Amino acid sequence: MADISEIKFHMVSPEHIKKIATIEIANSEVYDADAYPIEGGVMDPHLGVIDPGMRCKTCGSKSGECLGHFGYINLSKPVYNILFIKKIKEVLVLTCQECSKLLFDKENVKNRTYDLNKIKPATKCPNCGYNNKKIKFERPQSFTCDGDRITPEQIREQFEKISDEDLSILKMNGGRPEWMILTILPVPPITTRPSITLEDGERSEDDLTHKLVDVIRINQRLANNLEIGAPEFILDDLWELLQYHVTTYFNNEISGLPPARHRSGRQLKTLSQRLKSKSGRFRLNLTGKRVDFSARTVISPDQNIGINEVGIPELIAKVLTIPIKITERNFKEMKECVERGPEKINGANYTIRPDGLRKKINDLTKEFILEELQPGFIVERHIKDGDIVLFNRQPSLHRMSIMAHRVKVMPYKTFRLNLTVCKPYNADFDGDEMNVHVPQTAEARAEAEQLMLVEENIRSPRFGGPIIGADQDYISGCYLLTKDDTKIDKKTFAQIILKLKLYNSNKIDMTKETYTGKELFSIILPDGFNHRFKSKDGSDVIIENGKLIKGSIDEKAISSYGGKIINKIDLEYGHSVAVRFIEHITIISIEYLMKRGFTLSLSEEEISEEQQKDIKKIQNKFSAEIDKTIETYKKGKLETLPGQTLKESLESNIIIKTSNMMSETQEMLSKNLADNDGVVMAKTGARGSIQNFTFMAGYIGQELSGGSRIFRGYKNRCLPFFKENDLSLKAHGFVESSFRKGLNPTEFFFEAMKGREGIMDSSLKTKISGYMQRRLVNAMQDYLVKEDKTVRDSNDEIIQFVAGEDGIDPAKSDSGGIINLKEV
Amino acid sequence: MINKEIKDKTFKLLKEKVELLDKTKKEKEEILKLAEKRYENMLYDSGEAIGVVAAQSVSEPATQTTLKSYHRESSGLNIIQGLPRVIEILDARKSPETPTMKIYLLPEQNNKNSAKKIASNIKETKLMHLMVEDSLDLANMCIEINMDAEKMKNLDIKTDDLIKNIKKKVRNIEVKMSDDHTMIVESKKAGTTVQDLQRTRTKVRDSHAKGIPDIDFCIIEKVNDDWVLQTLGSNLRKITKIEGVDSNRVSTNNIFEVYETFGIEAARQAIINEILNTLRAQGVDTDIRHLLLIADAMTSKGEIKPIGRYGLSGAKSSVLARSNFEETVKHLVDASIIGEKDELKGIVENIIIGKTAKVGSGLVELKMKD
Repeated sequence: MADISEIKFHMVSPEHIKKIATIEIANSEVYDADAYPIEGGVMDPHLGVIDPGMRCKTCGSKSGECLGHFGYINLSKPVYNILFIKKIKEVLVLTCQECSKLLFDKENVKNRTYDLNKIKPATKCPNCGYNNKKIKFERPQSFTCDGDRITPEQIREQFEKISDEDLSILKMNGGRPEWMILTILPVPPITTRPSITLEDGERSEDDLTHKLVDVIRINQRLANNLEIGAPEFILDDLWELLQYHVTTYFNNEISGLPPARHRSGRQLKTLSQRLKSKSGRFRLNLTGKRVDFSARTVISPDQNIGINEVGIPELIAKVLTIPIKITERNFKEMKECVERGPEKINGANYTIRPDGLRKKINDLTKEFILEELQPGFIVERHIKDGDIVLFNRQPSLHRMSIMAHRVKVMPYKTFRLNLTVCKPYNADFDGDEMNVHVPQTAEARAEAEQLMLVEENIRSPRFGGPIIGADQDYISGCYLLTKDDTKIDKKTFAQIILKLKLYNSNKIDMTKETYTGKELFSIILPDGFNHRFKSKDGSDVIIENGKLIKGSIDEKAISSYGGKIINKIDLEYGHSVAVRFIEHITIISIEYLMKRGFTLSLSEEEISEEQQKDIKKIQNKFSAEIDKTIETYKKGKLETLPGQTLKESLESNIIIKTSNMMSETQEMLSKNLADNDGVVMAKTGARGSIQNFTFMAGYIGQELSGGSRIFRGYKNRCLPFFKENDLSLKAHGFVESSFRKGLNPTEFFFEAMKGREGIMDSSLKTKISGYMQRRLVNAMQDYLVKEDKTVRDSNDEIIQFVAGEDGIDPAKSDSGGIINLKEV
Repeated sequence: MINKEIKDKTFKLLKEKVELLDKTKKEKEEILKLAEKRYENMLYDSGEAIGVVAAQSVSEPATQTTLKSYHRESSGLNIIQGLPRVIEILDARKSPETPTMKIYLLPEQNNKNSAKKIASNIKETKLMHLMVEDSLDLANMCIEINMDAEKMKNLDIKTDDLIKNIKKKVRNIEVKMSDDHTMIVESKKAGTTVQDLQRTRTKVRDSHAKGIPDIDFCIIEKVNDDWVLQTLGSNLRKITKIEGVDSNRVSTNNIFEVYETFGIEAARQAIINEILNTLRAQGVDTDIRHLLLIADAMTSKGEIKPIGRYGLSGAKSSVLARSNFEETVKHLVDASIIGEKDELKGIVENIIIGKTAKVGSGLVELKMKD
């Protein structure tokens, strides 16, 4: 196919419309009594074919081959093309009504960028001296002059006389202005407005067809009335009706005009609506294209497959194929694929002969195909273990939302993925679905493998640190394993080493009876690795020469958000070592955790009586303060905060005090934490926080709605259980109970209010931030780093002289820098 | 390859930092060597779609931030924060929803008393803050304002100045003092209705008395060793001229004001700072280079252009790219009138016509040996 090098936009002349059209359409009837399309009707077979088996009357090709042909309608009277109405107005006002010359001095305006809208035209024509009358644009689609309507015919006459030279001053290089007023209406091919046959055999026409029928019907009536010399007012009415139908044919959402409707009352989707917005041609079909060789199903976790792998169900693997050209060397292999056929995995679905003939492999054709198979044929074989596929989860918010994985064909019906890649996809397993795409060319496969493989994307371009790493239980496991007093017996140790498949490592000393967790962790560290950093609780972690000497491993070290060890290994040893390290972490921590056991129980959220007393003390202290503030407020003596009324100041005061109460409680509780699994999770950053613990064991505190205490509900009170105008804590959303103890009904209600607000908030936020992302990406998508490291747009205009000002790609950097001097 | 100048500059800075480390000379040399080796590998690849990456890096974490639009600063001011603030910056609005300034003081004025004094000079006092009450005298068709003499004395405001200011704000009126603390406002126009009088009253109440216009509040805060004034409302031009204010350290969140006062380069820096601070406050870690590109994109035409249909996206040279974003039909129709050409250089254009876009690996071709 010829290459498109540029696209030129221009207006279409009536002559051109006639030229490209095959026939005139003048009959408002569509089908005859036998349900055959009527010649000269809008479904005339000259306009193209949509029914399989029929032939186009113009070009003779079959349905699918014939792209369709235009027709045209001769309009009895000219009408405006509503899409150009603004320009019609502009040109009308700026040209003389008598001689069609410009009503402003072209010399003044020619050499600058000028705005035609801002030019004030002269009343007296500088050319012929005619005194131009004031013209008013009557929305939506007519012009008046001194209260009289100007007809499109008159305007067309005026436009016809405008010289070509003046047109370029009027910024109209796309065609003649009179073309904006239609005398001939093109009828698009049937292929652009196919009719569908419903189940009961009845035909349902496209919206455009309906609209065209309307236009033809009125056009015909107008023609008839013109012929018989009907009175002026009837002609005017029909003319206006014709204008309405042509207008709504172009755009059915003109403000001031009632939209044309279908019999059922549904608004018709006409030309503009076909192109516009998210579900229009541009965004739905032109930029968002549908693809073959893709699959979608539910995802589930698999601890035992690699980070770079994805588990593909056998069912899917038998449908997705890769075209492989047969050569001497792979002939045998491919023949085996064909032999296995479409039913068995590792088989093949189609063969393509060198002359392009495509054959489906099935029990009938298999033998014949096997016989004719020879080098030069293409076999579309099933995907198999080790093939590269693209894996994606929507919303695709960043480039790590689509990464390349290696196929691992597995039983059952879900995609399987390693848990450490959940973070970049933002995936969980509560029913999430993901998509797989199979690159078809060697080029695409090479690109996927080199640039998109998971290991190439360990580093997030956003902050220059690893975004793939351990999460949740992996962190708890690693922490418990590397805690100072963790000892493992020989049996467990050997078991984990086996799981790691490191039997040949010379690092392992199997002579001891017991091992420390740190020893086990050191085994998976690369040789000669040194690092020194602070763990989450602020204590030192020291790794020297590939051995964990001091400290325990937690979120800071291995998490999927800038884990320090992963970061350094990736920088110093490369991606593949980092991948192996991450995989090993998952194995040792889960293996150890399974051996040790890990659980959360209700009793863990119990706190001592002493602590409960302390909580009461803190609560009493602050509520006394708040009561005092309320008292001063009632006396009118409260100091107002800047920019706030007295009432607002009181509220701010109370909110600050309640939040202080909460933080004091949390501080008190975190000083005396019990040593249990729940606390381990919170402390290491695996899951949950001290705040969650406080909610469960202590109390929940002030519920805020829209940043303030809760006031809505009944008159002067939230719920009928409170006195009117009660300003106390309890009446406005303070929850004294803990989740463990249980909430009383009013507290439960307030908690529900807060919860609902949270849900509303997050659903609103996705909408807002989604649009922000669309705008940002759209504004900057053409910016590229060029060979000279400048950033330019598609017009080669420079945006930045050096990309990122120092040329460093954050995706390859160490947190945006070259080297972290604190860690060398 | 990359500009040697930039590399030298980067490494000069690095060397200075390395010199400060507590290491032997040999170790330091090794660090520099390692850095140099890494630097070569850390450069941007040619063809990298840097714009998309920058856009994603800012907007992807935005989904994770809270939509708490208002943030109560420690000073008690409500300043717009989070996602709405980022959008406000990208929209390049003429003034933010909550304009605010941070004003540092000159060393000799850096104490509580001068801070208080300057603060009271900065905060705008309007007539309504100085009166006890006002009433309409319908018999004489005039407004009677009862002034708070004590307040005026405290704030050192003279009645003559006040009257001048009122006349500046409202035209065609006569203002007199009937006694020491009662002000009479009359309309000079004949046939004043009660409605007119009401309208005049609101205007008169709003007239400027003292301080800097647009500064609604001013709070004194101690940040480390400095006394800092934080305001609600922004007026960069006037504040920098106030005596005792360290004009080198005055900042505002009104980017457009920065542009008008100091020019486009300052505005660019203001955009970077504002987005960075907003994201950091939400706990979002985004590399500054992405923000540099966004700010450069917004300011590269010499004025602040918003991200979106009235700014960068609407000014693209390609018809298809513009129609693909928003206002599809308008762009197509306009293109046909002008007779525009689309040279199909950008990314969407190539997607639309189904060609490989000239970006990344699309810039080069790959050949396979058979």
